[in-house]
Amino acid sequence: MEFENYLSFNKYPKILPKEVLIPSWLTELDRIDLRNSILCYGKGKSYGDVCLNEDGTLIDTSNLNHIIDFNNKTGIIKCESGITLKEILEFVVPKGWFLPVTPGTKFITLGGAVANDVHGKNHHSAGTFGSHITEIELLRSDKVTYKCTKDVHSELFAATIGGLGLTGFIKTVEFQLISIETPFMYVENIKFENLDAFFDLNEESEKLFPYTVSWVDCTTKGKKMGKGIYMRGRHATKSEVNKSFEMKDGALPFPIEASFINNLTVKAFNKLFYSKQFSKLSTQIVPFEPYFYPLDMIDGWEKAYGKNGFLQHQFVLPYDNCKKSLHQIFHEIVNSGMSSFLTVLKSFGEVDSPGMLSFPKKGITLAIDYRMEGEKTLKLLDKIDDIVAVNNGSLYPGKDARMSREHFHKFYPNFQEFLKYKDPNFSSSFYRRIK
Amino acid sequence: MIKNIYVFGATSKIAEETLKNYAKDNANFYLVGRDIHKLEIVRKDLLARGAGKAEVEACDALDWEKHSITINNADKTIGQLDLIYIAHGTLPENEGIRNNQMKVIEEFNINCTSVISLCTVASEYFESKGKGTIAVISSVAGERGRQSNFIYGSAKGGVSKYLEGLRNRLFEKGIKVITIKPGMVDTPMTKDFKKGLLFASPASVGKQIYKGINVGRDVLFVPGYWKLIMGIIKSIPESIFKKLKL
Ligand SMILES: Cc1cc2nc3c(=O)[nH]c(=O)nc-3n(C[C@H](O)[C@H](O)[C@H](O)COP(=O)(O)OP(=O)(O)OC[C@H]3O[C@@H](n4cnc5c(N)ncnc54)[C@H](O)[C@@H]3O)c2cc1C
Ligand SMILES: NC(=O)c1ccc[n+]([C@@H]2O[C@H](COP(=O)([O-])OP(=O)(O)OC[C@H]3O[C@@H](n4cnc5c(N)ncnc54)[C@H](OP(=O)(O)O)[C@@H]3O)[C@@H](O)[C@H]2O)c1
Repeated sequence: MEFENYLSFNKYPKILPKEVLIPSWLTELDRIDLRNSILCYGKGKSYGDVCLNEDGTLIDTSNLNHIIDFNNKTGIIKCESGITLKEILEFVVPKGWFLPVTPGTKFITLGGAVANDVHGKNHHSAGTFGSHITEIELLRSDKVTYKCTKDVHSELFAATIGGLGLTGFIKTVEFQLISIETPFMYVENIKFENLDAFFDLNEESEKLFPYTVSWVDCTTKGKKMGKGIYMRGRHATKSEVNKSFEMKDGALPFPIEASFINNLTVKAFNKLFYSKQFSKLSTQIVPFEPYFYPLDMIDGWEKAYGKNGFLQHQFVLPYDNCKKSLHQIFHEIVNSGMSSFLTVLKSFGEVDSPGMLSFPKKGITLAIDYRMEGEKTLKLLDKIDDIVAVNNGSLYPGKDARMSREHFHKFYPNFQEFLKYKDPNFSSSFYRRIK
Repeated sequence: MIKNIYVFGATSKIAEETLKNYAKDNANFYLVGRDIHKLEIVRKDLLARGAGKAEVEACDALDWEKHSITINNADKTIGQLDLIYIAHGTLPENEGIRNNQMKVIEEFNINCTSVISLCTVASEYFESKGKGTIAVISSVAGERGRQSNFIYGSAKGGVSKYLEGLRNRLFEKGIKVITIKPGMVDTPMTKDFKKGLLFASPASVGKQIYKGINVGRDVLFVPGYWKLIMGIIKSIPESIFKKLKL
């Protein structure tokens, strides 16, 4: 197989393009014939088929990784779309800046972050990545480059954020960074007994911490169904880390040494905020990387699922009726015995997503990996989708390989409006499946 | 301390990744290459990353007369040079050109003659200043002629041999000559290759080159294991080697 490297992260479905173009420079794009059907491919860290284009053309953007402009006073940065979040972090963190929003891996491109309008542990406080974009330069098949902002070509801007790569070639992205005092995180890990306890803990934590996420157990039945570990955190301050700590270029203090951790401040903070009803596991100051990107440290973990690959399934349920429907879904999952080790539970907040097709909306979101066992797996997921649909929830296209056309249209009522801005020559296997 | 840097072939991915490290040190750059638009992209990137000054000039490797002019312009624009870094190159499809006389001459001119021409004017420049560093990207392909790649390989071999002598000659004048020998690197040059385990990323190669230049190594295999691999390949007796399909 000639293009076997151009699959998605979970290696399912196994469909290949007819050709792959790898432009080395942004200036070469003018020479590329944007003929039907074409699609950009970032790092293929999507699960499913949003980044696949069976028998079509893929444009691999990985060489387009230059920084175009950076203002150290305002924290506004403009880059080519193929730059990875890893490269951006290496550059900005030593200067005291951080990504406004980051998904659970840093090996994705900026273009991919826009096209799936990615969310992170701080959704309840910061919204999606798209909320922090100030400008997108979009090349369309009419050979015109559109500079899109909230005010200029605003519809194209909104269609491109979360637009699943279907509105054209994102050439550059300008966005706002957030400032940090240290490259460390203050983190509290707390155990919760079951789903109901999660809701209580979450309500408290959302108010106190910009970053929250939980790992839940999807295998235990009964009273302890949905037990898990709640992780809440924020960027650590200088005084928490060490008075003598200085942000400086090129010299990140990794791996962190014990002397950096100032236990007194940690304890004081704890006394103030720790609620008695939950048993605390630990309070730590950790470097940002293991906190945000634990999976990036386990090279090739996804291969553990074997050659058939696996599926990830992520839905959101609005708060109304959410507890009940979550229970229902947990029953389905637990009884099927099919869920695997990676199960992430989190709440989405108020901040509206700027994209027409953005996935996040206020409520609770659950992301689960399932080994691909054919019909059995697909049936379970269809069942869950039905519950999600009845309760006005939605599913993440960036992590989908199988949702039905009917469900997609129910989940994304803006789709017809979106189609006005879709580029006629851009298409994907996902698009052809759900259109 | 390397502060003012002249680069020929500044749009090479390996060169760019090397320069990113120098940008962090706030170095000044004079970027030479044949495509002004690409040079402009590199210039902005380096400025964003902390470069003091960055200027560009277009020059084709085969434009012999212009070689010394660009070095003089660099000196005038960014100040006395500390490093002249030569990175350009092309990787021809050996089988396709080996019987094409004009193509072979052209490849030799780009990968060998133009490099020696640039080194000649660079030596003259640094000799007049009494100090400086010349760093040149050659290749592990220059270590031994192989049927699959001997036109590129012999051009790079010529460069490596020339630099050996130049280093010897300039040693007593306090001028450093550094031969960089990358193995396989994932760059536009190797776009159509299937990427196996031995491929290194340009970012890691660039960083190793940066470190190697700063400590003033004479010969730099990047990544380092290529020294071992090429050592083995060189040790095979010619009577056996000529029968191998390498
Ligand atoms: C371990 C892991 C954890 C993750 N955690 C999260 C998470 O917490 N939150 C979250 O939201 N997601 C998460 N994801 C999903 C991932 O962040 C998204 O799928 C992301 O979009 C992948 O980016 P990519 O660069 O790999 O793009 P690809 O997967 O290659 O492509 C994704 C989409 O972007 C489009 N695209 C890429 N570049 C361009 C461009 N230049 N112009 C136009 N369109 C373009 C493609 O056409 C495609 O539609 C995770 C994935 C993994 C593997
Ligand atoms: N990649 C590898 O595996 C590998 C291994 C060993 C050694 N090398 C050597 O490393 C160096 C850098 O290569 P790379 O891997 O970084 O590849 P690259 O990104 O393709 O860079 C090659 C550079 O050479 C320039 N160039 C080619 N012909 C030229 C000419 N006539 N005049 C001026 N500039 C010219 C190109 O300019 P344009 O941008 O204008 O085309 C480009 O900047 C080369 O010397 C190469 O031989 C590479």
